This record gives sequence, structure tokens and C-alpha cells, in this order.
Amino acid sequence: MTLLRFWQAHSAELLTLLRQHLVLVLLSTTAAVTIGVPAGIMAARRPSTGRAILGFANVAQTIPSLALLGFLLPLPFIGGIGPRTALVALTLYALLPIVRTTVTGLTTIDRSIIEAGVAMGMTGRQLLLIVELPLALPQIVTGVRVASVIGVGTATIAAAIGAGGLGEYIFRGLAMADTTTILAGAVPAAVLALLADSALAVAERRLRRGQVTRRSMIGVGIAAALLLAVLAGGAVISGRRSTVVVGSKNFTEQVILGELLAQALEGEGIRVDRKLNLGGTFVCDRGIRSGDLDIYIEYTGTAVSAVFHEDVPHDPQEALTRARTLYARGQVSVLDPLGFNNTFTVLVRGTDARARGLRTIDDLRPLAPGWKPGFGHEFIQRQDGYPGLIGAYGLTFGTQPRGMELSLIYRALAEKQVDVIAGDATSALIDALDLAPLEDTRRYFPPYDAVPVVRTPALLREPGIGRAVATLAGRVTDAEMRAMNAAVDIEHRDVREVARAFLQRLK
Amino acid sequence: MVRFEKVRFAYGGRPAILDELDLVIAPGEVLAVVGRSGAGKTTILKLVNRLLLPSAGQVFVEGRGTREWDGIRLRRQTGYAFQDVGLFPHLTVAANIGVVPRLEGWPAERVEPRVAELLALVGLPPAEYGQRLPAELSGGQRQRVGLARALAVDPKVLLMDEPFGALDPITRSEVRTEFTQLQRRLKTTVIIVTHDMGEAFSLAHRVAVLDAGRLVVCDTPAAVAASQDPRVRAFLEALPPVPGPQ
Repeated sequence: MTLLRFWQAHSAELLTLLRQHLVLVLLSTTAAVTIGVPAGIMAARRPSTGRAILGFANVAQTIPSLALLGFLLPLPFIGGIGPRTALVALTLYALLPIVRTTVTGLTTIDRSIIEAGVAMGMTGRQLLLIVELPLALPQIVTGVRVASVIGVGTATIAAAIGAGGLGEYIFRGLAMADTTTILAGAVPAAVLALLADSALAVAERRLRRGQVTRRSMIGVGIAAALLLAVLAGGAVISGRRSTVVVGSKNFTEQVILGELLAQALEGEGIRVDRKLNLGGTFVCDRGIRSGDLDIYIEYTGTAVSAVFHEDVPHDPQEALTRARTLYARGQVSVLDPLGFNNTFTVLVRGTDARARGLRTIDDLRPLAPGWKPGFGHEFIQRQDGYPGLIGAYGLTFGTQPRGMELSLIYRALAEKQVDVIAGDATSALIDALDLAPLEDTRRYFPPYDAVPVVRTPALLREPGIGRAVATLAGRVTDAEMRAMNAAVDIEHRDVREVARAFLQRLK
Repeated sequence: MVRFEKVRFAYGGRPAILDELDLVIAPGEVLAVVGRSGAGKTTILKLVNRLLLPSAGQVFVEGRGTREWDGIRLRRQTGYAFQDVGLFPHLTVAANIGVVPRLEGWPAERVEPRVAELLALVGLPPAEYGQRLPAELSGGQRQRVGLARALAVDPKVLLMDEPFGALDPITRSEVRTEFTQLQRRLKTTVIIVTHDMGEAFSLAHRVAVLDAGRLVVCDTPAAVAASQDPRVRAFLEALPPVPGPQ
């Protein structure tokens, strides 16, 4: 029921995603047939070439889909964020079944039939067109069937690089840990796969029984071409409208921020293309550098360490300056911070904080000997994690820190299994579980201030970007961000609506 | 019409399949080539329509060596009926018969009546059989369609490779009779390959016996029947006794 309500509420979006999904699968399968059938014919003619072609198609198929997208992203012409890269990847996946069935179809034709054709005076080309291909066709259709089913499934991954499709919902749902949203994408994808499979199975059966006349084949061909033209036409038209491309990484906070940016830009009368929920820092950074993205929200600490592989200065202003300098070399501008700092924070239960007046980490020192700490496994091990923390603040806990899974650590604190933890400063659970962050007055944790990262040429071309971002600068506090994360993750409110409400409050 | 001159054929360096073969087939003649499996019978047919070229010697068709012929042209005007028929399973009977005329660029309004004519010629009513697929025919019907296909463009030479091999005895004798009548009417030059001396005697004007790639004898059925050559006798003795009342 919730699923039906979700579709009802998002019907326009669902249709768009469905259309994008269909275009991806149809275009890539068509491309794979165009390449795969001739390749299969070549492979069947010359066994040595054949082994090379099949080998290539085999290897392409074994590369995990996300890894393949990762390889393709940085390549010129075929790479980049958006449907193009996804099409290349999907085509590569569809090749193997098509090439293989073409080869099988051609090489398993009864020798006497081929000989008859030759003896009747057919040229190689006539033999292929009149005898071999028609006889191999049912097999080739089997290949197309397998390829399109694989395509429908794999196309869901395309959302990771901003190519759209039903994977949008799946990734969004995964990021929000919301089953309804995941199902909203997964169910239509599965239905689509089943439909494609059964439609082609019917075609295949009719071909095998020899019931397909030339006229019906031409009819199907024209229908498929028309469908493709309509779908692709829609995609081109809707693609052409956008002028500023907004990106985001694939977790709730990022999607909210992307939506916030998009709505702020739209408030300035700018047309926006949303490429939210991209596969992570690497993908977003690639997008900004290649011009596929115009703007997204990065964190100063992540920029300096993960993008540029430098140590992060602990002073927020220094970190910001460093990030600006590093980005500037690549024609990328870092605008003013939004206000919140998505860093590690030391957390205690709200009841304890209020009862004992805890405000900063320093306030923990007298209590530490009687308290049980709990941290993520990695945090305990890393020199800049737990050992550094107790050194910087001179804390001595009564017990060794308990190592636990990051996602479980907030509940462990609320349920009094431990008394102090380190968590994510903007986690929705902080308010939901009544936890209290303690201020890091000694700046032990590096700063992760949220900053808009913009392609400088886009900024110059479209001055509205600067105005839109200025309305957000310094306005999103830690508490505001936590509240918005909670609205989406815990109250399951729609991202667009949450962003809209926030912008309303700013006015 | 067809002439073999000192023809030798071998694949690469392997032993010759045919050697020192001299053979003349006159226009309108039916020649049967009899031999055991592997004696080189099918090779003879393939040399005529240039599916194979002789390793030595020459094969002449209509006075021109097959080396000088364009293989495609030669094959289009040479009928070939196969041992295992080789009908195209995805095409209807009519389309199968019409393949060579269409390859030759005949317009549809010429192909259709020709196909109907040929079907009638081999005793299959066109209205009933034209739109069937080969799988919907009996073995004898398939052989007839194969024959009709081979005759589609009025070939001057018809090559037949064990054409009636897969038929039951009654159907076989029916089809043979029809074939003989047809040949008399059309005056087609025919080379027919078989391992069945009885078939050769009943169909051919002359019978050539082939053994290990060499011609043993080539003469009228009566002369062959009277031959004392042990290689010929072996075939004659394999014949069933003359049928009589039982």
C-alpha cells in the first residue's frame, strides 16, 4: 500500500525514470545488435578472429558493473557523467550473449543446407542473407532476449553516474535505508525485465516455428524504431532544457543539499538539471572536472584529503583556504561554507549532558575514569582516532574502548551499553535518540565544512549561481542539517518538500 | 555437353580421389556413375559445376573449361539435386523452388507461374503444396520439390547425387518413372550418381562404373551387364534376383 501511495505521489517522476530506463536498454541493446551480429558473423567465418572476439566479449561481461562505469568515467568522448557512459557500459554487457548466439546460430546450420545454397550459385552475401541469417535468427533473438534482460537489470546501476532510470529510486532508497523507495524502483525494473523476456520469448517461439513472415518482421522493426524515436526524442527535449547541472553524492544529507541547491537556483530563475545520488566523491569530482556537473556540495576535509591527498589543516579557515587553492588550479571555485561541519563529534546521552552540565570534551575529563567508551573499529585503531583523542584532551577512561559497528553505535549509547561515543555531527539519530554533541574546543577533529564547489566557467556564465548560493551561505547550522536528515531518514518525508520548507524559513 | 579430359583430383598432398578420368556426356544423355562409397562419385559432380577444380586435366562444360567459367554463373545454370535434398527449412516449397530464378533477377510475375508449372511437373498440386514448409512434406514429396528446384531455370545440365536414396521402394520407383518421363520431355543432360546398379540401369542411357577413382567401364546398360570385369561383377552380383512371382 505504501508502495502504491509512493508511486501515486511520484507518478510524473516515475514515468520519467521509466522512460529513461527504457531508452537506456533499447539504445544499448540496439547498439549491441548492430555491433554484435556483424562481429558474430566474422567470428563464425574465421575461428581465429572468433576466439578473439568472444574473448573480448567474455572479459567485458565479467567486469563488475560499477567497476566498468568507474573505468569508463575518466575516458574522453565515451566517459563522463550521464547516459553516454552508461550506454557504453550497457552495450558492452549486451555484446556477449548476442555475439555468442550469432556464432552458435551460424555454425550449427546443417552443412547440407549451406552446400545446397552454394551449389545453387549463391554468392557469399546471398548465402548469408537468404539462408544463414534467417536460419540463425531464432538463436540471435535468444541472445537479444538475454541481453535485454541483463540490460534492464544492469541499467539500474546507471543511476550511480547520473544516467537516470529506475536505479534512481533504488539508490535513493539505499541511501535513506527506505525499503519503499528501493521497491519503487526495483519492482518496475523486475516487471520490465519479465515483460521484455516474455515478449522476446514469444517472438523466438514464432521464429522457430517459422510463423514469421517478412511483413511481420518489418512491422516489428518499424514499431521498435518508432518507440525508440519517441522515447529518445523525449529524452533529448528534456535534456536540452537544463542549463546548470547540480550533483550530489549518494547519501541522504548530500541529496538534501543537492535539492536545496537546485531549488535555490530555480529561485533565481535558473534552469536546473538534477544529477543527485551519484556514486560518491570520486564520481562527483570527475563530473566537476569534465564539465558534466556544474555544482555540488563538498566538505573541506574530504576535498583536501580524499580529492587532493593532502593532510587536512585543523583550523577550519586554513582548511577552506587550502581547498580553494587546490581547486582553483582546475578552474573550480569553492564558495562560502553553508555553516555546518559534518565532522566527527564526541557524543553523550542528553540526560547525562543536562544533569552534569557537559558542554565540551574537556568537561568529560573528571568523569572519564567511571565511563565506558565505545567507538568504531577503525577509529580505535587509527592514530588520528581514539589514541589521539584521549591524548589531546588528557582523558583516562576506566575501561578499554568497546569496538562496534558505526551504524549501531548511536543506539548502543542510548541504550546505555556505553557512555560516550564518537559519531557523525549531522546524524539524524542525534536528535532522535536525544544524544548531546560535545564541542571540540581544541580542534582535534579536522573540519568538514560543507562548501559549494562550482565550475568557474559556469559561475561566470551564470551569475545567478553566486546569488543563489549566497542565500544559503552560513545559514545551514549543524542542528538544521540534523533536523533535515531526520525529516527524510526518520520521518520519511520527501526530499523536495524538506528542502522547500527550509528555503521558506530562510525568507 | 560435358567432357572430362585426363582429370585428376586430390586434396592437397593426399592420395588422388579421381585419376586419369576421361568421360564424355552428350547433350540430352543420362549418364549414371556407379561406385562404392568413397569411389569419387560426388567429386565428379562437384567438378562439373566448379565447386571443385581439377588438380590436373580439364573439365569442359559446353566446350569451355570450368577454370574459365565464372563459378556463380555456371552453378546458376546447372541443376543440382542432393542426396539429402538440402531444402531450406525456413522457406516455403514455392520459395525454395523460386530461389534460383530470383537470384537470376526474374520478376515475381515470372517466378510465380514458373513455380506452379514446376510443381505440377513433379506431380504436386501448387495450390495445395506451394505454401507448405519442407517439414510438412513426406520424404518423397521433398525429393520431388528438390528435383523441381533443380530444374527451375531450365538447366542444360542436371546433377543428381543419390537423389532417390532416402525413399521407400514403391515411392522410389514412382519418382524414377516420373523422372524418366520428365527427362524425355525436357531433353536435359543428366549426370546421376548412385551406388545402386539397378537404379543406374533403369534410369541411364549409359552407365559408368568407378572404382578407387578410376573409370572401369562406361557403356550401355546391356554392355555393362555383360562385362566380365570383377569390379563390375561385384556390383551386378549385389543386385537382387530378377523379381518374379513368389
